[in-house]
Amino acid sequence: MSIAPARDPVVPAEAAQPPLLVVDDIVMRFETPEGSVTAVEHVSFDVKQGEFLAVIGPSGCGKSTLFNIIGGLLDGYQGRVAVGGKRIIGPHRSIGMVFQEESTFPWRTVIDNVAFPLEVAGMTKAERIERARHFVRLVGLDGFERRYPAELSGGMRQRVSMARTLASEPKIMLMDEPFGALDEQTRLLLGDKVIQIQQELNQTTLLITHNITEAVQLADRVLVMTYRPGRVKRFVAIDLPRPRNSEIVGSDTFGHYVAQIWSDLREEASRGMIADESRSRGRGRAE
Amino acid sequence: MSGLSKSLTRSALRPVLIGVGSLILFFIFLEFAVRFGLINQFAVAPPSDIVKAFPRLFAEEHVGDRFLDTAFEAVIASVFVALFGISAGVLLYKVRILRLATETWVAAFAAAPTVLLYPLFLVIFGRNATTIIMMGFVAGLAPVTLKTLEGLSTTRRVLVNVGRSFNLTEWQLFWKILFPSALPTIFVGVRLGLVFALINIVGVEFLINFGGLGALINELSERFDLAGTYAAICFVILVSVMVFMTTERAERWLTSAG
Repeated sequence: MSIAPARDPVVPAEAAQPPLLVVDDIVMRFETPEGSVTAVEHVSFDVKQGEFLAVIGPSGCGKSTLFNIIGGLLDGYQGRVAVGGKRIIGPHRSIGMVFQEESTFPWRTVIDNVAFPLEVAGMTKAERIERARHFVRLVGLDGFERRYPAELSGGMRQRVSMARTLASEPKIMLMDEPFGALDEQTRLLLGDKVIQIQQELNQTTLLITHNITEAVQLADRVLVMTYRPGRVKRFVAIDLPRPRNSEIVGSDTFGHYVAQIWSDLREEASRGMIADESRSRGRGRAE
Repeated sequence: MSGLSKSLTRSALRPVLIGVGSLILFFIFLEFAVRFGLINQFAVAPPSDIVKAFPRLFAEEHVGDRFLDTAFEAVIASVFVALFGISAGVLLYKVRILRLATETWVAAFAAAPTVLLYPLFLVIFGRNATTIIMMGFVAGLAPVTLKTLEGLSTTRRVLVNVGRSFNLTEWQLFWKILFPSALPTIFVGVRLGLVFALINIVGVEFLINFGGLGALINELSERFDLAGTYAAICFVILVSVMVFMTTERAERWLTSAG
């Protein structure tokens, strides 16, 4: 197990490969009635082509803020986000987003949901349906093409969202706790699916999560964030063999990684819990 | 026919049979209640007399033409209500200051008895079909506007974010995400608006004794032709059913096109 310090995540042999995604010195502050709140502070990291990076942190550490900044849905931040050496501002077709909340279009069938980015890109119907079918098959939903999201389970709907994002062929797939609302077994099995797809497409992926098991199961590296303001606390390189599947969850090495990340997170999560409690007490007194 | 399709047909028919059966039972009860004096026969006509009045309405009162008059007014008013109501809702959604300035009184207008404005409309448009159509339009406008605004405003944020993440233009975001997402709520407003419009259309026809079924109901009631009056009311219900079926088909078509 190797634990690298912050800002030095890349082993020398791989340093020659330029990073695909660069997140450089991001600072984001929000103005609230109680004053200015710094959500993320001086966060920097990069992700190489084909790499799977998981960002983990306690609730309130600014993970979702970071997700929205990288995806271009949030502006007003300091710092720089670049893909392939070019700075990007606002939503960009090189970054595909999979959201935490259920985000399929209920009025569209599975195939029409997946074909959505191709439709807005102006592709002909026959061509986009054919390509959408490929991605539906990739996430294991063949046979469900004509079903509506309401006829599917939560896990299947998240796979539709993932297929829709992959259909736009982004350079980087950005996922914000995509399996957060699912039970543990489904989450582990969907993790296998994500690993399989990521390997098959050599898809560069950035996963935002608060689930340690998920982070270790899927990622090549895990970035541990501090509680508010969210900073980079540590990078943990996950040296588990690929291809992986959820059976690895029972291995000793897996357990060591989980324990190591939890020891970092525990301190931050405790800080968060104390801060939440004191805020609640303050509100109670004010009322 | 296989056992499965037999049972499917049976399960699909059952609600229809229960509905029609309940209606027949109700009419039988009404027939006896009126015949045996439980209900005043000068207030409600026995259903058998109402059925007997239908041929008379066709032969003597030209109910077919009256029906077409009311249906025509209802269709024109419905198109106006849908077109202007949805457009106004979209405008209020897009222009925040306009929404804040007008939402309360648009809601108040939805609850106002606009039928009382008919003398004003008579002065403006005269005693003709335009007055009736405009009265229907005015009554149906506010609910459609408010429900369109509600549908657009309550579109889930994450769906809009999906659109933004795919770099959609404002136009694409509206037509591909906001509008289809709001469509079920918009159609609740359209149905409500059309009910209000139809009530006003028949009501104003009745009040100014002009045009279609409302005027016919007025004439028949003034002649104390109770059975004829109720038979004419059945045609008003028929117009309402037609309008509802049309909106349902329109909703299905628009949803599948989204």
